[in-house]
Amino acid sequence: MKVGLFAPCYIDQFYPQAAVATLELLERLGCDVAYPRGQTCCGQPMANAGCAAAAEAAHRHIAACFEEFDYVVGPSGSCVLHLREYVEGAPSARYYELCQFLVEVLQVERLDAAFPCRVGLHASCHGLRGLRLARASERQEPPFDYVACLLDMVDGVERVPLDRPDECCGFGGMFAVEEEAVSVRMGADRLADHLRQNVEVITGTDMSCLMHLEGLIRRRNLPLRVVHVAEILNGSGEARNA
Amino acid sequence: MHDPTHDLMDDGARLAAADRSARVRHADRAARFVADAGQTDWHDAVLWRIRGKRDAAAGRVEGWERLRALASEIKEHTLSRLDEYLAAFEEAATANGAQVHWAADADAHNRIVRDLLRARGVRRVVKSKSMLTEECGLNPYLEARGFKVVDTDLGERIVQLREEPPSHLVAPAIHVRKEEIAALFHEKLGTPADADDPRLLAAAMREDLRARFLAADAAITGVNFAVASTGALVLVTNEGNADLGAHLAPAHIACMGIEKLIPKPEHLGVFLRLLARSATGQPLSVYTSYFRRPAPGRELHVVLVDNGRSRRLAQPDFRAALKCIRCGACLNTCPVYRRSGGHSYGATPSGPIGAILAPGMDMKRYASLPFASSLCGSCSDVCPVKIDIHAQLHRWRQVAAREGYVSWPKRWGMRVAGWIVRSPRRYRLAGRLVRGWLRHAPRRLRYGPWNAWGRQRELPRAPDRSFGEWYAAERGKK
Amino acid sequence: MSRKRRHNALGRAERSAQNGSRAREAILEAVRRAGAPFAPLPSIVGATDMGTGEALTARFMASAQAASATVRIVEAGGVEAAVREAFPGAASVASASPAWGFEQADPAAEASALARLDVLVCPGAFGVAENGAVWLAESGMGSRVAPFLAQHLVLALDHSAIVPDMHAACDRLETFGEGYGAFVAGPSKTADIEQTLVIGAHGPRSLTVLLT
Repeated sequence: MKVGLFAPCYIDQFYPQAAVATLELLERLGCDVAYPRGQTCCGQPMANAGCAAAAEAAHRHIAACFEEFDYVVGPSGSCVLHLREYVEGAPSARYYELCQFLVEVLQVERLDAAFPCRVGLHASCHGLRGLRLARASERQEPPFDYVACLLDMVDGVERVPLDRPDECCGFGGMFAVEEEAVSVRMGADRLADHLRQNVEVITGTDMSCLMHLEGLIRRRNLPLRVVHVAEILNGSGEARNA
Repeated sequence: MHDPTHDLMDDGARLAAADRSARVRHADRAARFVADAGQTDWHDAVLWRIRGKRDAAAGRVEGWERLRALASEIKEHTLSRLDEYLAAFEEAATANGAQVHWAADADAHNRIVRDLLRARGVRRVVKSKSMLTEECGLNPYLEARGFKVVDTDLGERIVQLREEPPSHLVAPAIHVRKEEIAALFHEKLGTPADADDPRLLAAAMREDLRARFLAADAAITGVNFAVASTGALVLVTNEGNADLGAHLAPAHIACMGIEKLIPKPEHLGVFLRLLARSATGQPLSVYTSYFRRPAPGRELHVVLVDNGRSRRLAQPDFRAALKCIRCGACLNTCPVYRRSGGHSYGATPSGPIGAILAPGMDMKRYASLPFASSLCGSCSDVCPVKIDIHAQLHRWRQVAAREGYVSWPKRWGMRVAGWIVRSPRRYRLAGRLVRGWLRHAPRRLRYGPWNAWGRQRELPRAPDRSFGEWYAAERGKK
Repeated sequence: MSRKRRHNALGRAERSAQNGSRAREAILEAVRRAGAPFAPLPSIVGATDMGTGEALTARFMASAQAASATVRIVEAGGVEAAVREAFPGAASVASASPAWGFEQADPAAEASALARLDVLVCPGAFGVAENGAVWLAESGMGSRVAPFLAQHLVLALDHSAIVPDMHAACDRLETFGEGYGAFVAGPSKTADIEQTLVIGAHGPRSLTVLLT
């Protein structure tokens, strides 16, 4: 199975360890993974700012980068959702968020990883409601949660339930700066929930939400840290020891 | 013979028009709201509790999601044949003895109501909750012409006495604390100065309004649903105020947007199962009244209002907003609304639904509202008629940018970003520069006043190597 | 209002009626021109199966109680006694139905007199199990406003007249021939002050449902 690794721009530049973990994990699960070096940005920031036209070239470019692959997998629900909505076109989904790919395509049932920690799972909205990686709390249907399911395969992970299972963290791209006051307040509320449950590590599918939460954690010197879910599922040593 | 008030626009309307021309800056208003942390805590918690009640009530209905789909399809159907249903409704309502009036816009609506009131020598009007009359600015219009208009829903009455708009579709005074209401009622109703027990306050208003109900010359109400096949109007309240007003006054004027139609009574069942559960978590509101014929000797008037609705119906990207049944569930679930308050939107209705309705009415004034969202999508998932609210917010952003309502630094920033990421070479260079700057620039420079991110948050720690550089070094030979 | 002003106002009403018919055509034309593509009307599925008989009655009672109504099961012919027992101090009890021995509610009564009425007893047409609502037709009210003005409302309901849900309830409205009716689920209430529930907003302070 030929898999193209999609490393969203901010992961490529600021959080390479999440992309490394994604690559290693997919390889260990038997995928033939390649990283097209020419890829840049999916164009989501421009579209969310109301300037989708400015992203058209980016859409064409990224489509060309991944033309030859059966699947394109990336560690970011938000960017993958954007690719599905703006680039895909075809009805059969080819762009996958990592956890969705592990559950729906690879149908992973066990993982060889350990992460002995109290972990709070932040359900990023675009993965949750756009890609349906879990049942959103407002929907009346049988519960399921891909990411939680995968985390539970990792030795030692103590997944902690939150008071509000899927409240938005307030990142929202440009929203984080344009609506700075509300964004920060939303992030602080999200962190307070994790702190109430004595969470040690907040994880999630989207490093962008975690970047926003990490910014608050570091400014406020809170006893929390953020780790991308790919690193936990991969059993990356750095994630455990950081 | 000339009536000087007839043609002249009065001061109230002029002031309202001037106020409407100012741009709403949601972020600034929201920042002021959030600055009061205690109030924000309370506002968020109380609305989240309503969302919890909604979840529980929806969970007790077998096939909730199917019911939502059904409601959505019924509305889509009705909108796709709206001209036929409007004509059928008019015919049935007229046969029932009601009088049907048509208003192309807010001004026409207000004039029709005014003329009906004047022709009957009305002075005192009682009004039950109607988002349409808020939209049309009916209260200030009538008050400027000497009518005494009293809102009778408790929450509406509170905001009327405070001289401010409602902040929530269903709970208009949700932003007001009981201590403030105690002070207000002390001043207006003569309740004891520090009496803030909600039961006592509500009882005082009951006494005050009962006298007004009994003395009213006309009642104005909104409409929740209008049934095309029977010509009936359906009104839903918990307090009973719509019925008290409509049954006691000699004339009942019901004002409705043309999108309120449903085909037949059997369809009413679908919406009534969804409405109260979505709004408050009740399985049904206390009173669901079915007005078919006026009572003997009484008058029933129905004002059908377009005011931009047919224009929206012509917009494929935005017509689904016309399915709205005004339950307020999207407000309660919205993490931004809960932390910024209804008044931060400067529009009625407020919240996510307001943020997709208002730009269609006045883009210049409301261009910031589609951006007052993290696009979390919860609004679309709670919506009982499955309006794609968050997707419409996204599309309104495109319209705002296209029509020049996005600031030029942002527009140009996005254009430059688009130009950079078109080329892998430019993208890598930009990445190296940003990382180098984050790693080496003095903190003072990185956290300048221009940096909204950094006001309360640290910037990410930039690594030495990007993933692309790591891949080239470690896997390049493969 | 002077006669002259009233004359002007009526003249304006006529003119606005002419404008109204222009507005009507313009609105209908704009709606037609909007060109919303045809969407089929779905048939309604998903009626609730709650069993029959006792299960339905039990569900109705639980729903009505959850809506702050008091529900009592009374013997046939026991309505008067149940009302006297529930409201021992009531000075005035009236009903529009001759079935019981209460004072007859006067359809032409002054509203201020109705507002002083302690208890109004009405026959409910049918109940709805999923939400505890009772359908009250105009003919059972005395006057439309009476059930809203009386201080306390009592609804007598035949226990065999309970339907499972609002689908079944609204199906009955297809053939409803009266001018007005209402679903009543509990006493009037408000939560507009800090979301604190207050019973007895503008209408009755209590609702009692007597299941016969």
